[in-house]
Formats: sequence, C-alpha cells, structure tokens
Amino acid sequence: MKHEDIQFSKEELERYNRHIIIPEFGLEAQKKLKAAKVLVVGSGGLGSPVLLYLAAAGVGTIGIVDGDVVEDSNLHRQVIFGIDEIGLPKVDAAKRRLQCLNPHIVLHVYNTQLTSANAFALIKDYDVVADGTDNFPTRYLVNDACVLLGKTNVYASIFQFEGQVTVFNAINREGQRGPNYRDLFETPPPPGLVPSCAEGGVLGVLPGIIGSLQALEVIKVITGIGETLDGRLYIFDALTFSSRTFNLKRNPANPLNGANPTLTELIDYEQFCGVKAIERRVKEITAKELYDWQVQGKDFQLIDVREPDEYELVNLAAELIPLGSVLAQADKISRDKKVVVHCKMGGRSAKAIRELEDNFGYQNLYNLKGGILSYIEEIQPELTRY
Amino acid sequence: MATVLIPTPLRKFTNHTSKVTVRSTKVSDVMMELTASFPDLTKHLMDADGKTASFINIFVDQDDIRNLNQEQTEVTAKTVISIVPAIAGGVQK
Repeated sequence: MKHEDIQFSKEELERYNRHIIIPEFGLEAQKKLKAAKVLVVGSGGLGSPVLLYLAAAGVGTIGIVDGDVVEDSNLHRQVIFGIDEIGLPKVDAAKRRLQCLNPHIVLHVYNTQLTSANAFALIKDYDVVADGTDNFPTRYLVNDACVLLGKTNVYASIFQFEGQVTVFNAINREGQRGPNYRDLFETPPPPGLVPSCAEGGVLGVLPGIIGSLQALEVIKVITGIGETLDGRLYIFDALTFSSRTFNLKRNPANPLNGANPTLTELIDYEQFCGVKAIERRVKEITAKELYDWQVQGKDFQLIDVREPDEYELVNLAAELIPLGSVLAQADKISRDKKVVVHCKMGGRSAKAIRELEDNFGYQNLYNLKGGILSYIEEIQPELTRY
Repeated sequence: MATVLIPTPLRKFTNHTSKVTVRSTKVSDVMMELTASFPDLTKHLMDADGKTASFINIFVDQDDIRNLNQEQTEVTAKTVISIVPAIAGGVQK
C-alpha cells in the first residue's frame, strides 16, 4: 500500500502523537512507517532494541528471522526476552513481547537461520533489511541478497566495546546505489583470527546503544528525514566514549555491483568465509588401536577437548582441556610421547590438533577417529551415549 | 607525529593502548612502525605479502586510503589514522 493511502485509527493517532507533532516528521512520516515492511535478521543483542523501537515507532510490517532459542546467557543484553522465555524459539518470544507493545502492527516470524536457499524468498517482500546477525557468513549473505534484490541494508555490528553502524545499498537523492559490505570489507578475516563474542564477550549495554542507532537509521531510511549513514561508517568506542564517522565509497572491483560483476547469485557463504575450507588432514587413531594401547600399558597422554558438562556426562578418564583453551594450556600437552586427542565425534579434536601443530609445531598428536562415541560403540557400549 | 587510533578488539596487542604516535610520514611506513612496536598486531593488519589485509580498513582522517593514495598516502603530524577491523559479533560459525 502506498503511504498516501494509509489511514490511522483514533488509537493509533493517540499512540503516535509524539511523533506526529514533530514538525519535520509529522503525519506524512508516520504514514511511511506504517506502510513500510522491515525484515530484522537476528533477534539477539542488536535485534532486541531494533525490534522494540521499530514496533513502538509503528513500522507497519515487521519480519523476524532467527532460528535460535532463548538462553539464560542471552539475557544480559537481549532485553526483549525474559526468564519465562528461556528455551522458547526467539522469534516466538519476540513476537509475544512486540504484540504486547504494539497491537497495531503486523508481525511475521521465521524460525530458521537465513541461508542461501531461503534468503531471496524471505527478503524479497520487504522494503528494508536490518542486519543484526552474529557471524561473517550471514553478514555476507545478507549483504549479497540485499544487493541482488535491490534492498537497503541497515547494518550494525558489535564486539566487546566497539560498535559499527552504516546503511548499505541505499538509493541516494541522485538515484544511485551507495556502497555495500563488500566495498567496506572485501573478504572476511580468516576463521579464528577474530574471537567471537562467545569467546571474547560483549558489554551488555553496547548492543542496546548500537541497536538503537540502527533502529534510528531504519526509521530515517523509511521516512526520508535527515541524512542517513549511506556512504558513511559510524564507529563507537565505549571504552573511551569516542565516536568517529568515515566516508565510504563504492569499489569498482566489487564482485556484486562493481565495474565487472562476477557474483550474480548467492554462494556458499560458509565456504567463502573459510569455515568449510578443505582442512589439512591430521594423524588418526581408531578406537580399537587406542584400546590396544591402553591394554598394552603404552605410555601416551589422552586429552579430551570437549566442554566440562560433556565430560561430566561421560569420559575416558582423559585430561580435560576444552578446545577454547587448548592453546593457552599447551604447556600441559606432552611433546615427548604420543598424545591422543578426542572430542565427541572427532571434529573439535582435529581442530585442536591443527591449532597446536600450527602454533607450536607439535608432531606427536593423534586424533581419535569418531571421537568418544566411536570408542563407546566399539569398546565400551555400557558407557552413556549422548 | 601522526596518531594511530587502535580499535578496541586489537588493543590487547598494544598493551591496551588506544592511541599510538608514529614518526612515519606515509601509511605503509606507519604500519611497519606500528607492527615493529607491536609484532602481535601483524597478522591482524597485514596479509602474507605484507599488504594491508582485505578485512581491515585504514582511514586517514575521514577517508579510506583506498580512495586516497593507498599505502603511499602521506600523513602529517596532525593526521589521525584509524584502523577499522571487520567485526561480526556473536558466535563465529
């Protein structure tokens, strides 16, 4: 529906009164908000304030994409959720909260992760996308889908004490598209170089600040008031309370919409970001061979790189060094004798071995093929499977 | 002497210093000077060929060096050089 045709009920006019009486905003901008369709990708730390403020502001149709469930560790920053919602799908919990906040808007929820297979279908009916996702593959996926579909992508990102906000792929007053994520960052950092918030943490209030700025930019994009961050990148440093704004330009080498585009469809973003890169093989040992070593009384070290709660559930009496701390605790890992490293199924232990080999030059590490599950299956079926 | 602003994610490699002053007068020398002082920064700023990594942006005052004279961009005592890394938040999948 065109915004000119939008009508408001008496209740809506009362609700949005403080918007409508702003001279630069008025009924016109409020109509644009009601006519707008915004897809919020990720309903976590950034998505929480974005959703709350867009719903409160009266954005007429809001879509929410998220495949996660609410966890207790989310609540220090994901203020849209409460303890009663732990274990519920985030999209359902968010919808419930937003319906209580504003019954005059339409909410569509998608309890799924955004993927290359569903991105076009999910995004195509929306006017603006707000990217509040939490990983590089989805960042590039959202960006590419928005560029290929011609959608504006209001971007925000956080880490520890740092926030970034900008508006990608917007149409300026001259009718030209602005820069996008690939103009800013041609490639993602190699996996493991940048620690995640799960490893590196995030100050809970930071996504509140940055997500609110993201909501502000969504509202400006929709209503046309003021000057958006199109072509500019805003950086906030919470530690020094300083902010900077930089100029961004389109890069002629951008593979999506540069001088010679080569990307015309969505790709495998896990592979692009190196998450699924073909990984160097590591030395392996089977469960039967490990059992033989044990029976023979062979001198070797057994390391378990799973998490403590998994270890508590079932273990092979190995030394517990979770994957996240394996480099920091490398001094506990022998160089003089063979070391068998295991996890649940063999993936994490292979990664641990590669990290130890790459960083410390270990040559005596063996991955238990199939992990503890394989050992239980073949050697000790009485142990707990999980 | 120009000033380099270190983003919060990289401060653990600069003894938690947020501003570093440098004597160099062009960006490539600034980066060399910076990584010589803080060697652990190197893999976060440069690729294997010693060029600025493609997941890092360097701004001289408000402008991206890719829109200036790349690593040859000159800096003065009043210049503020900002390093802006890619951050994604949340869980790296």
